[in-house]
Amino acid sequence: MRKLRRLWMQLRATKGGEHSDRDLADELESILQMHVDDNLRGGMTPEEARRQALIKLGGVEQVRQAVRDRRGLPWLEVFGRDLRYAARTLLRTPGFSAMAVLVMAIGIGASVSLFTVIHSVLLRPLPFPHSEKLVAIYSQDALSKPGSGNAVAPGDFYDWQKAAHGYEQMAMWRWTGFNMSASDGQLPEFLNAGTCSWNLFSTLGISPVQGRPFMPADDYAGAARTAILSWSFFERRFNHNPAVLGNTVRLNGQLYTVIGVLPDWFQYPEPKIELWVPWQIEIPREILWSHYDHIGYVVGRLKAGIHSTAAIQEVSAAQHQIYLRFNGTGPVEQSAIARPLLEDMVGEVKTPLYVLLAAVVCLLFIASLNLSNLLVARSATRRREMAIRTALGSRRFSLIRQQLTESLLICLGGGMVGLLLATAGTHWLTTRWEELPRAYGVHLDRMAVAFALGITAMAGVLAGLLPALSTSGGCALSALQENSRGIGGSASRTSMRKALLTGEVALTVVLLVTAGLLFRSFLRLRGVDLGCATKNVLTMNYFLRGDKYSKPEQIVNFDTQLLDKVRHLAGVEAAGITNVVPGDGYYGDHEFWIPEHPAQVPGEHHFAAYRTADPDYFSVLRIPLILGRFFSENERLDHDKYVIVNQELVRQFFPAEDPIGKNLRVAWRTPQGENYEIVGVVGDTRYQVDRPIRPMMWFPILAGIPGNSSDSVLVVRSAKDVMSLATPIQKVIASFDSDFPVKNILTMEQIVGESTANPSFTATLVLSFAGLSLLLAAVGLYGVLSYLVTQRTPEIGIRMALGAERNQVLRLLLLDGLRPALIGLALGMAASVALTRLIRSLLYGTSPLDATVFVLVIITLLLSCTAACLVPAWRAARIDPMDALRSE
Amino acid sequence: MADKTEVWLGTLSLMVLRTLATIGPQHGYGLARRIEQISGDQLSLNYGTLYPALLKLEQEGAITSEWGVSDNNRKAKFYRLTRTGRKQLERQTRDWQDTTAIVARFLGPSEEG
Repeated sequence: MRKLRRLWMQLRATKGGEHSDRDLADELESILQMHVDDNLRGGMTPEEARRQALIKLGGVEQVRQAVRDRRGLPWLEVFGRDLRYAARTLLRTPGFSAMAVLVMAIGIGASVSLFTVIHSVLLRPLPFPHSEKLVAIYSQDALSKPGSGNAVAPGDFYDWQKAAHGYEQMAMWRWTGFNMSASDGQLPEFLNAGTCSWNLFSTLGISPVQGRPFMPADDYAGAARTAILSWSFFERRFNHNPAVLGNTVRLNGQLYTVIGVLPDWFQYPEPKIELWVPWQIEIPREILWSHYDHIGYVVGRLKAGIHSTAAIQEVSAAQHQIYLRFNGTGPVEQSAIARPLLEDMVGEVKTPLYVLLAAVVCLLFIASLNLSNLLVARSATRRREMAIRTALGSRRFSLIRQQLTESLLICLGGGMVGLLLATAGTHWLTTRWEELPRAYGVHLDRMAVAFALGITAMAGVLAGLLPALSTSGGCALSALQENSRGIGGSASRTSMRKALLTGEVALTVVLLVTAGLLFRSFLRLRGVDLGCATKNVLTMNYFLRGDKYSKPEQIVNFDTQLLDKVRHLAGVEAAGITNVVPGDGYYGDHEFWIPEHPAQVPGEHHFAAYRTADPDYFSVLRIPLILGRFFSENERLDHDKYVIVNQELVRQFFPAEDPIGKNLRVAWRTPQGENYEIVGVVGDTRYQVDRPIRPMMWFPILAGIPGNSSDSVLVVRSAKDVMSLATPIQKVIASFDSDFPVKNILTMEQIVGESTANPSFTATLVLSFAGLSLLLAAVGLYGVLSYLVTQRTPEIGIRMALGAERNQVLRLLLLDGLRPALIGLALGMAASVALTRLIRSLLYGTSPLDATVFVLVIITLLLSCTAACLVPAWRAARIDPMDALRSE
Repeated sequence: MADKTEVWLGTLSLMVLRTLATIGPQHGYGLARRIEQISGDQLSLNYGTLYPALLKLEQEGAITSEWGVSDNNRKAKFYRLTRTGRKQLERQTRDWQDTTAIVARFLGPSEEG
């Protein structure tokens, strides 16, 4: 309390300095007078009386100083003085200061943005109560990579629920989608939806804000159809009208009663899910208890005090029992693994985010080193000023403090501008980054501001301390004696700058190598041949579901009519239908046997990706026919026991025989399966650009089996601008069924572009950071050498006067400047070799030690550094020796 | 160096408080004389030493000051003890007595003697 009061008084005194100075003078005067009076009374002469009184009083100035130190807050005053002084110094060189602030702002801004994104996406807990208890559970087989697993079969899930005691609850969900009919003047549309076991929301710990959650009575085959809406869908389609509760919506032609609306912040697993329906209503009855169909994602909530490892062991044991029970008769998983739900949601972006953060921190470091470098250069020119101040009694500490203030001021400016940049940068990052999970909740918060302050202070100290130590150290006398003839007199300062530069170059090299690798990997990815035509091909998805499309004839009828109409549109070269085009994902697979081959070893299972095609599909996409034939118009409805396979399937399963005429047995209608005769072999296509080729099999889509033939992609090729065909085709579809939505109208190029968007994004960002670093390093190099040349002008003059050739001088200085760059290059290369392993998971078809990238980086760096050094070196070589010697 | 001054200031402020408590409001010059007198002229106080102590006490609220007129009609700044100051004096006196008692025990004739 006393201390506080004192601080307050001191603060007040700091402000009203002048008034209290006068007060003190008055008091001193009055005391002096009283003393003189006393002395006079003691019998002294007036002169003696005054002299004695003055002696007794002590030096008036010392008293004043002592009082001033005590009265106000001297450190505050000194700080204010330092601040004013620093501001004045900086304003004297506005160009330098603005550049320095800008460079720091970019470094700080980028770091803060990345930190904000990482904090909100990777570190912030999920918005559920006790979210640390939530785990994602997957099943595993012998082929699973350690730490990863597969989607869970519904039968497995229900068995787990019974066997596991470590979880309060366990829920399952999967993606689905609905055609929603036009209603109340709204257009028909396709909805992304989820289907979940009744307890998903209670497992996550949330409940609807309106209405009720699903109950066990909603979640069994044959229950009344119910749906829960997401907040955004409720807002968008129903305009917040609570009357929708208890009413029905028509999905895939069926009526669903709306029973609840989820909170607006609920975005699991992704914001684009618009509504939820109960699991057993949506999943076909045949696979409700299946142990073969791996389709669900499982979320569990651990009981209090139970460790995830213990809980999953029980599940894993239960799964192993199932595996043993089936004894290899079907694709049954062997064990189970769990990982924290947060990790499950954001695991994929972890590495790219941390790589980006590392890159911006490198950039910030380089910016600090550069600022440090510039300050060293400046402090060198101010060495005499410092020496004079030392001679006049300034303490070393106060000199260091003063220089630190300067760099802190620059960094503070940079920090403030950086915070603005960070706001913009964060927004840009979260909107540009396709499929960044949890991107909806990212914004600058107090943590980010605190982080900004922290790195600003760190950068300020880092940038200011080195130059401050380097100038204030050493002998003041030698600095005062130093004159322009003092050749090499500031060698220590120069070596400090060179050391800083070496560090800058080394960091730049690491950044350049990383950027180069990412970029090369991206180019590889772009260059991947999908195995089909991608130019001028348009695709659009539609789903034939509900009552109108419950019979094969209805589906086949729709498809044939559509194809017929579309093929007659002007501009259409060819049109076909499939379930999923190359590059658009794996979709799903089926197990098959080859009846002509000896029976498989129990436990061994063959899978091929499941595709459908009409007779023209392959020629539309120009997928080459290798053997046999495509489907014909005859392969439709019941006459559908034919299959086309890709080369990869032949390579794996018919290595030395003619596959045509052989059969694939696939069990999806009866447990024993049906034979499908192989009629053709087509060229390999990739299901995703960055994944290896897998065996594939196509079945006739014109079989029209609901479920198997319902998911359709219309593929249209044109000679020119194919996008202009989108509207005419949609009109054709609307003329068949006005209540029928189409989604994902994309060209093949867009589909490929989507899958390379993120690598391209990361590569571009890191490349721009690396470019910026290179620029900073080059500017630093240029600065150091220019300074050196000025310093050594007299020396160069003497050398030339003694007969040195101009190109000798040029070489001398060039080498001098390049030496730190070369050392930095070597260090950076060594660091890169050690570090690039860490980004292996981000690289496609590119080794972390890719020679081309390393060589390119070396060349780029050497060229930039030479260019940066050449200008000052050339200037040195042009020095007129006479001028140089007179320049003193 | 700074530490020693603080210790010195500590004892000095105790003397100031005590003096003010005994003789009532007093100006700086009178205080210095009085303290010297009581110390039996063992202490020689110049104003440069006294003033910081006064300032510190004032900032802490132990004393207040106002301008007045001295016995021989000179304008002078008078210092007066406040309630806080009185409490502080009591506490510091006790502390000081405790401290000296302890130190005295150490410095006294040893019992094994």
